[in-house]
Amino acid sequence: MVAAGIFLEFPAVSILIRVRGQLENMALETKTIANAKGFWLTRQYNRLSLKQRRTIMGYVFIMPFILGFLFWWLAPAVVAGQLTVHRWNLISPPRFAGAFNFNRLLNDAILAQSLKVTIVFSAISVPLGLVFAFFLANLINAKFRFIAVFRTIYFLPSIVPAVANAILWAWLFNTEFGLINYVIRAFGGPKIGWLQDPNWVMLAFVILTVWGVGGSMIIFLAGLQGIPQIFYEAAEIDGAGRWQRLLYVTLPMMSPIIFFNLVIGFINSFQVFVSALLITNGGPQNATLFLVLYIFRTAFQSQKMGYAAVLSWLLFAILMVLSFIVFRYIGSRVYYENPGD
Amino acid sequence: MGFSEKRANFVVSRRPPKSYGDIFFHWLTVFLLVFFAVVMITPFIWLVSSSLKTQINIFQYPPELIPNPWMPENYVYALTYKPFATYFRNTILVAGLNVTAVVFTSSFCAYGFARMRFPGRDFWFGIVMATLFLPYAILLVPSFIIFSRLGWVDTFLPLVVPPFFGGGAFNIFLMRQFFRTIPEEIADAARIDGCSEFGVYWRIMLPLSKPALITIGIFTFLFAWNDLIGPITYLRSPDNFTIAVGLASFRSQTDIHWDLQLAASTAVTLPVIALFFLAQRYFIQGVVMTGLKG
Repeated sequence: MVAAGIFLEFPAVSILIRVRGQLENMALETKTIANAKGFWLTRQYNRLSLKQRRTIMGYVFIMPFILGFLFWWLAPAVVAGQLTVHRWNLISPPRFAGAFNFNRLLNDAILAQSLKVTIVFSAISVPLGLVFAFFLANLINAKFRFIAVFRTIYFLPSIVPAVANAILWAWLFNTEFGLINYVIRAFGGPKIGWLQDPNWVMLAFVILTVWGVGGSMIIFLAGLQGIPQIFYEAAEIDGAGRWQRLLYVTLPMMSPIIFFNLVIGFINSFQVFVSALLITNGGPQNATLFLVLYIFRTAFQSQKMGYAAVLSWLLFAILMVLSFIVFRYIGSRVYYENPGD
Repeated sequence: MGFSEKRANFVVSRRPPKSYGDIFFHWLTVFLLVFFAVVMITPFIWLVSSSLKTQINIFQYPPELIPNPWMPENYVYALTYKPFATYFRNTILVAGLNVTAVVFTSSFCAYGFARMRFPGRDFWFGIVMATLFLPYAILLVPSFIIFSRLGWVDTFLPLVVPPFFGGGAFNIFLMRQFFRTIPEEIADAARIDGCSEFGVYWRIMLPLSKPALITIGIFTFLFAWNDLIGPITYLRSPDNFTIAVGLASFRSQTDIHWDLQLAASTAVTLPVIALFFLAQRYFIQGVVMTGLKG
């Protein structure tokens, strides 16, 4: 167990191990006590006030989540904190490195590129996807005979497995034999190097993201159907046209859902991984080196665990700042029909 | 009599007859619906069509929609080139365990959040919501270290154990929303009859929540079926690969064999689409019901 010795360097991990042992002991002990004094324990529990009993039961119910949070969120966060000041390639023991990883952060040209790619992609694909999903939801909210068929067709792309999706789009965007270039050339357009040209590849990723927008479309559709018809009738009586009804009834009533989809969209846009790994593997010229892919490479291909942890914290910080901005400046404009519920 | 008839008539004919604008809008909607349906479905058609072409026909310009000759053998080659049967078994194992975990533990926690009143509840629910908005990718590296310290790398444990602890923030949130729509009186009646809190959860809430449970079960299954980043991080030996990792490594090894890659992709996509058609009601209704109220 050479590996065990290495890992013990990280207190958080070894504490976790020790805690696990202790928990097992405690569980054994309680079992013995419970067997011996089971009756006594029940009596004690019944003696507690209703409020105390409720508290105990409440924590029993949410205990799986609390434990999960400690094991799979807090412990990793602490380990990540420790990793940031170490250099470690998973093989030789981790070495304390002080601010080394943070200094590297400042001089990392690839990181700058990766951040640029991620942010540009997010800034384009999120609003575009949101508008498109909203538009499609309005289309399939219409009452036609075969509308269910259209709903299904619009939704299906979003459930294609990510890996299959990546292969499919790599083929569609193929420069020589792909369908997309075929259509463009059929209309007299040029042959575009979608996946070879750094200027075009971002658009390719936006297109394939927007194609799979069905999930938020369904959420929008649910929201649209939840708007009481009476508002539209009232607006119509007041002489509001189609455009005005959209602007003054639909949009305000939908604003919590638009906001929800916006937040989810932002978070997803920062997690592009599978398509970047499989379609372009970060290229051409790092034009699709999304941040998660860069973290993955730093950790598992260059074996720089410490630096990868710093990058993870950076991603976390960016998301925090973005969430703050989104909640502060957009969340405050959301209209809630039933505040407090 | 005559008066009320007149009145009813008035109510019915309140709407003015369709204007030219309405008719135009109707046909515009139809046109857009069909147009985007074509846009959305063409990649699928192209996927299936290409997967049935020969290696020569696939590299042909201009491309043809109908494969000639017809090559269903592509599927046999693709799915036996790599042990996809093993991958399938592994994926079913992981997905099955995940679904079990999520259905039971997320509803269990959600019951506490939805129906119990106790100090600290809102704090912990705040943490649920916070983890909802944190992508898993942030913890990829430290989680890997913890799991490798536990000796879990190249086993299914990192993929199947964590869901047993709460089953994911999103599912807790959805179940909590659903529980809150069930009238508390039903639970109270059970309590008066001597039912414990566990009894209320198990005998009252779970049976009433079947649609929501099926919904989160389906989404969990889909996630396990589609997930690449988890399996690619933890699974090392090909015998342990899931479908997603298997397909990814298949792609990297059969560089220009687009026909085979697309056949394998189609084969991996089909079960998901079949599941959707079987459980469409739950897909759509699940979002609507558990929805975004509150």
